Amino acid sequence: MAIISCKINNKEYKLDADPEMPLLWAIRDVAKLKGTKFGCGVAQCGACVVHLNGQAVRSCVTKVKRVEGQNLVTIEGLSENNSHPVQLAWQEIDVPQCGYCHSGQIMSAAVLLRENPSPTDEDIDIAMAGNICRCGTYPRIRKAIHMAAEMQRKSGKNGKKI
Amino acid sequence: METKTISRRDFLKVSAMSGAVLSLGFYLPATGKAKVIKTVEAETFGVELNAWIHIDTAGKVTIFSHRAEMGQGVYQAIPQIIAEELEVNLDKVDIVFAQGDQKKYGNQVTGGSSTVRGSYKNLLKLSASAREMLMEAAAKKWGVDRSACYAENGHVFHRPTKKSFHYGELVVDASKLEPPKDVVLKKRTDYKLIGKPLHRQDTKLKTNGTATFGLDKEIPGMLYAVVERNPRLRGVVKSFDDTATRKIPGVKHVVKTRMGVFDTYREGVAVVADSIWAAMQGRKALNVEWDDTGFEHLDTDTIFRRQQEDLKTKEGLIFKKAGDPDSILRQASKKIDVMYETPYQQHACMEPLNCIAHWQGDKVEIWGPIQAPDWIQDYISKEMNLTRENVVVNMTFLGGGFGRKAFMDYPHEACVISKEIGSPVQVVWTREDDMTQGPYRPGITYRCEAVVNNGEIAAFKVKLAGQNTNHWRGGKKEDPNRSSSEGFLKPYFESIQNISIQDIPFETPIPPIWWRSVYASTNGFAYESFLDELAIEAKKDPLEFRRQYLKDERLHTQIQKIEDVSGWKTRRKNSGYGVAITECFNSTVGMVVKVSKGSDSKIKIDHVWAVMDCGWYVNPDTIKAQVEGSIVMALGAATMHQINFIDGMTVQKNFYNYAMPRINDIPPIDVFVMDNNADAGGVGEPGLPPFAPALTNAIYDLTGQRIRKLPFNMETVAK
Repeated sequence: MAIISCKINNKEYKLDADPEMPLLWAIRDVAKLKGTKFGCGVAQCGACVVHLNGQAVRSCVTKVKRVEGQNLVTIEGLSENNSHPVQLAWQEIDVPQCGYCHSGQIMSAAVLLRENPSPTDEDIDIAMAGNICRCGTYPRIRKAIHMAAEMQRKSGKNGKKI
Repeated sequence: METKTISRRDFLKVSAMSGAVLSLGFYLPATGKAKVIKTVEAETFGVELNAWIHIDTAGKVTIFSHRAEMGQGVYQAIPQIIAEELEVNLDKVDIVFAQGDQKKYGNQVTGGSSTVRGSYKNLLKLSASAREMLMEAAAKKWGVDRSACYAENGHVFHRPTKKSFHYGELVVDASKLEPPKDVVLKKRTDYKLIGKPLHRQDTKLKTNGTATFGLDKEIPGMLYAVVERNPRLRGVVKSFDDTATRKIPGVKHVVKTRMGVFDTYREGVAVVADSIWAAMQGRKALNVEWDDTGFEHLDTDTIFRRQQEDLKTKEGLIFKKAGDPDSILRQASKKIDVMYETPYQQHACMEPLNCIAHWQGDKVEIWGPIQAPDWIQDYISKEMNLTRENVVVNMTFLGGGFGRKAFMDYPHEACVISKEIGSPVQVVWTREDDMTQGPYRPGITYRCEAVVNNGEIAAFKVKLAGQNTNHWRGGKKEDPNRSSSEGFLKPYFESIQNISIQDIPFETPIPPIWWRSVYASTNGFAYESFLDELAIEAKKDPLEFRRQYLKDERLHTQIQKIEDVSGWKTRRKNSGYGVAITECFNSTVGMVVKVSKGSDSKIKIDHVWAVMDCGWYVNPDTIKAQVEGSIVMALGAATMHQINFIDGMTVQKNFYNYAMPRINDIPPIDVFVMDNNADAGGVGEPGLPPFAPALTNAIYDLTGQRIRKLPFNMETVAK
């Protein structure tokens, strides 16, 4: 066991965990942030996507020792009040069905929109193809990303800077 | 659906921590006694969980969802129905999942797309009765005529004076009144909430990580279990060596466990630790020897070869028969005689199975993603020798269900482990456990025979060979599968004079289970593809051919809609259009798929048009979402994945070899909902069955190639 110090959602954490433990389990079971989901454990489905220093990573295949001294954002910290343009667009279009994959979907979409404020359908395909939704909400995910891009452009904000 | 007469005993005045509440429920006749709330129960939620609606003296309205929310929208639909007749603002009510309790809620099994269609009439009546009682209480308080009062937004108003009471001020008086004998329900045209595309109440919880799914639930002192189970799905533990496992830090117990799968049991070895990760590490270090003698170790190829042999050599149990199709088939100079094949499938819910159990001696409490809380209550009480009341089942949000989570094995396993180790435990299945351990949608082969004379179906015969889930639930082996024609529209039985549907009983050691839209998911492909073959043999337009045989006004209206929205009539011949219409859980969905060939000569889906007729409905946006999702799930099952067995073991382990549709695979989809006065039908499943046949019929239209086996590869099909 070891103590891994890192920042999650702008808060300092000292995670007491096996350094080899996947970050996913450290976030969920040590930091007790349950919004990040376990879907496949092998980087196939994207349910566990979090931001590590601003980049989307799959926490199920990232060892917790790698985040020592690093900066993490999970779905709980993406915005205050559920108000990131991606979250607002998701709400407006009622994207989720079961909702289990959507923490990961939203975290992937947020990085896409920060890097590319006006994504085309093809850009969306490339950025979002790593996130599986078994309920099949894909048509709405696409629509919501376009809507979030529009909101972001109108507000002049470019997502949350990390 | 029977609606119940509402009596005094359905309305209870109960004292709780938060004050008096007016509480409504419909009770099963056998258990119609009013129940007095106990303080202990009151502390759990502030009020007792004994019904759909609670209103406390502060005016707070709590609506209990007796069914599971797995994405299909009951968390929205039940409140939307209740709030309409109760006259409360949907934004101001709290929604809570009810515990499993058949006495209070009737059937809670969230399956068969049954929530709305099975309970809406009673829910409307209950809500309207409560509103009437609140109005009567207000009128009495004011000493005015009730007809001068109206209810709106959780208040009763006196029209002439504009005086008002909020519901909380009326609940004590209202609860002493007799419920109205007859209550007039609103006309559909007067609805303010029902029929409107309102936002789902659970969306916000699902965009910031606050929705609690089964895997997110924690209770004090809880340990985690990961279980090694036989990769051959059957048999018992012969021996195990846990020496290395016990050396892993965090591992607390290694115990033999078991779980019921229908009438059989499966054994496993559970590694229990203080974290999921430690339990997973411990399991890797475990060595288990299995005894699965007596169970045949099958390969998929053998299963389907046997089904084909049976279909070639045997007649089946008669499910339906009219006229004499066999002699027509025997004497015909030309007949169509083809086989269709559909694979085993897995549910692949995004949330792998998991369940918490807390064994407390004479009682067990369960938390988890559960589709059928009352079944679990029943099953666990029998298996573990407890009274029903002492099996407390709590539903969380479900990360997908699709039928898999309406099963008792994983909660049972959690209970067995908790009892064994003496602490609360959460059993966590990995994705690999979820995918390799079954039960599965059974693979089925269909033999379809017909004679077409002068553009008419002279004889029609379908035989199917595949596992019958009912056999595993104590169903008689001499009865044909009661779902042999599920999916196939009933009017065909009236218009096809010589018809026979048969089921050849077929067994394997692999447990089969329901999968979204159940047998319609496979029957739909066989029946609707075969009808397309017959239309072509009859030299008729495939949609016109169906119209000719579906002599039903409601269906004709729907067919007209399908024709209009898809541009069916103006399409060019052989330009890649396919149609299919199926019925499932009292709803009918018609679909047209348009395909084309790209410059790389791969088939591409250009568009899908779906027309849903589910009669009376609550939320059109939820319906559209469900049909979109059903199409995506059907696309995966038709073109991307299947479960195979080699030597009795499942080949597919995870999403790398059970490929899922992804965002780049999805064609534009338009969904239309029919408006009529028919009773409500299902919504969550009926959109799935017509997609595969509409797609393969479209591919035939474009290429002349008939696809009779699922899944097929879109990349290579036309090459």
